[in-house]
Amino acid sequence: MHPDVVAAPLPELPLRPPAHRVHPRAVTWWRIRAAAGLLVLAVPALALFLVIGTTWTVALLVAIVVVGAAYVAAVPPWLYRISRWEITDRAVYTLHGWLVREWRIAPISRVQTVDTARGPLQQLLGLADVTVTTASARGAVRIRGLAADDAAELARVLTETTHATSGDAT
Amino acid sequence: MTDTAPLNEAWRRLDPRMLVVGPVKNLMQLLPFLLVVLLTGRSGNLTQVWFAVGGAAVVVLAGVLRWRTTRYRITDERVELHTGWLRRERRSVPRDRIRTVDLNASLLHRIFGLSVVQVGSATGASSGLDRSARMDLDAVTTAEAERLRRVLLDRASVAATPSEQPSVEIARLDWAWLRFAPLTFSALAGVGALGGAVFNLLVEAGVDPRDVGVVADAARSVAMAPLWVGIGLAGAALLVVAVVGAVVLFAERWYGYRLTREPDGSLRVRHGLLTKRSLSVSHERLRGAEITEPLLLRAGRGAQARALSTGLRDGGSGALAPPAPRAETHRVAAAALRADPAEVTRAPLRRHPRAAFRRRLTRAVLPAAALVAGAWLVDPWWAGAGVTSLVLLPAAVWLAVDRYRGLGHALTARHLVTRIGGLRRSTVALQREGVIGWTFRQSIFQRRAGVVTAEAVTAAGRGGYLVLDVAPDDAVALADAVTRDLFAPFRSAPMRTSTVMTLQNTKK
Repeated sequence: MHPDVVAAPLPELPLRPPAHRVHPRAVTWWRIRAAAGLLVLAVPALALFLVIGTTWTVALLVAIVVVGAAYVAAVPPWLYRISRWEITDRAVYTLHGWLVREWRIAPISRVQTVDTARGPLQQLLGLADVTVTTASARGAVRIRGLAADDAAELARVLTETTHATSGDAT
Repeated sequence: MTDTAPLNEAWRRLDPRMLVVGPVKNLMQLLPFLLVVLLTGRSGNLTQVWFAVGGAAVVVLAGVLRWRTTRYRITDERVELHTGWLRRERRSVPRDRIRTVDLNASLLHRIFGLSVVQVGSATGASSGLDRSARMDLDAVTTAEAERLRRVLLDRASVAATPSEQPSVEIARLDWAWLRFAPLTFSALAGVGALGGAVFNLLVEAGVDPRDVGVVADAARSVAMAPLWVGIGLAGAALLVVAVVGAVVLFAERWYGYRLTREPDGSLRVRHGLLTKRSLSVSHERLRGAEITEPLLLRAGRGAQARALSTGLRDGGSGALAPPAPRAETHRVAAAALRADPAEVTRAPLRRHPRAAFRRRLTRAVLPAAALVAGAWLVDPWWAGAGVTSLVLLPAAVWLAVDRYRGLGHALTARHLVTRIGGLRRSTVALQREGVIGWTFRQSIFQRRAGVVTAEAVTAAGRGGYLVLDVAPDDAVALADAVTRDLFAPFRSAPMRTSTVMTLQNTKK
């Protein structure tokens, strides 16, 4: 958990951003994923260029590499600056997304389950996601890219808090 | 709770008549297959017959086994259902999680006086337990089904219902509503499915409709005529079939429709000619109502009301009434919510900012313009495409205006009301207490336009309802008014002071 309550460029919404950033290694995680995506697009383009070799295949390859490299370089840090989360004794509050920003707020009293999940890449980097589900099909709140220990601790605390509140949360 | 004896029930079986109904139903489903097997067999070849007989025997045996191995009981706390022989399933649902109880009876069931009981319960979405969210008892006697419905929906009333209070009728079918039948898309889709099924059945049974004399003659004479006549005839025929089919389906589905308020406070919808359907929604589970107006239905001044209840399967069902006149639909929705129409779906709505209109306009006109440009590109090869496509532009503008005029939201004493959409306009009245969270979304375009989309998250219906393109301040103010105290710690005013404090602290 990080104490940096530095004001990000204030969002248009009259809500302050959530207090905590995700783990800095999340940037690496997003970078690797973006780079993998870039490869998926660039390799066929390279093959096209080698096989056909006309001008437009060169243009295609260059375009993919330039745009992809820009994405890998710029978007993950940007996402890191925006992605934030906060949990109070009343609510779970997250902010995520770069093209489309998404603020999600769920009252603790409506939380049904708290799950943590770690993909293979996340395991390598020691990261984890925490997913907080409510009774709604569209109500799940995800905190992406926490340090694995923090995620486990967070899930434990949240589960305890939600068990303390009664009712079936619908 | 003062428990009386009947609550701690012994295990019960499904009705013995299922020994007949189950196998018959399965045999009927198997009929096309059996027909194919029997019809394709050459004469003197008995293997085909043995196949058919064997298949039928397996089906009958399966039905018997299913009856033998299925048992259910209702205890104080839970409803339990055991099924299966090779793969045993034991389901158990806490009774306070039960949301809806549906009774259904197909024609076959009704001949034998049976009903299927479907118990819908609430479980955490996406927790991997969705499968157990529904329990089917197929089937018990209609009297037993009624008893289960009463017992399961209202625990308190089992012990304390003093007498047979009459249920109060809220609405019943008016046959004049039949005029709305052809105006619903689902009816048209249903006709298509029905036609496809009939055609399929004929083909599987070895009958090709094209071989039937009348059809073949007609097809030949149409083939001789010019192309546009053929297309026109086909279109007209399709339209007639669709309209007739829609009317027939409507009549079958909504025959005997009645919406009542039961003595225990739950809503009950009953309808159906061949298949009788009954849906019960307990008052505690009701979170609101939705009025849908697909474009065609809206043009005919009709609408349809739905209940938003937790535990209804993916919000798909829950129709409170057939497509009906607009005023009647609003009245039904309001009566279901025990509110005045002006407090729910008829509430005067706040318009959304001009930016919302500009966004509707760009989002409709830009794709239309792209299509027009494409049409002009192919114009040299396909004369007239460019000019014809110009009609798309005014259509897009009209669509945008219509969508913007539909937009609106309001906060009434007990409900959040929001309206959205043009091709399928939807007005939702959601109980304030039914909102279990908020999502705000803002794309970079919305950011530049200075608007944001708020989504009220709920356990009922589609799971979330949008308030599209409102000013950010209004979005948060609205959300804050609905779910009190949720946003107070996150409003930006305290943020600025706390930021300043942090900065001062770091300076020291």
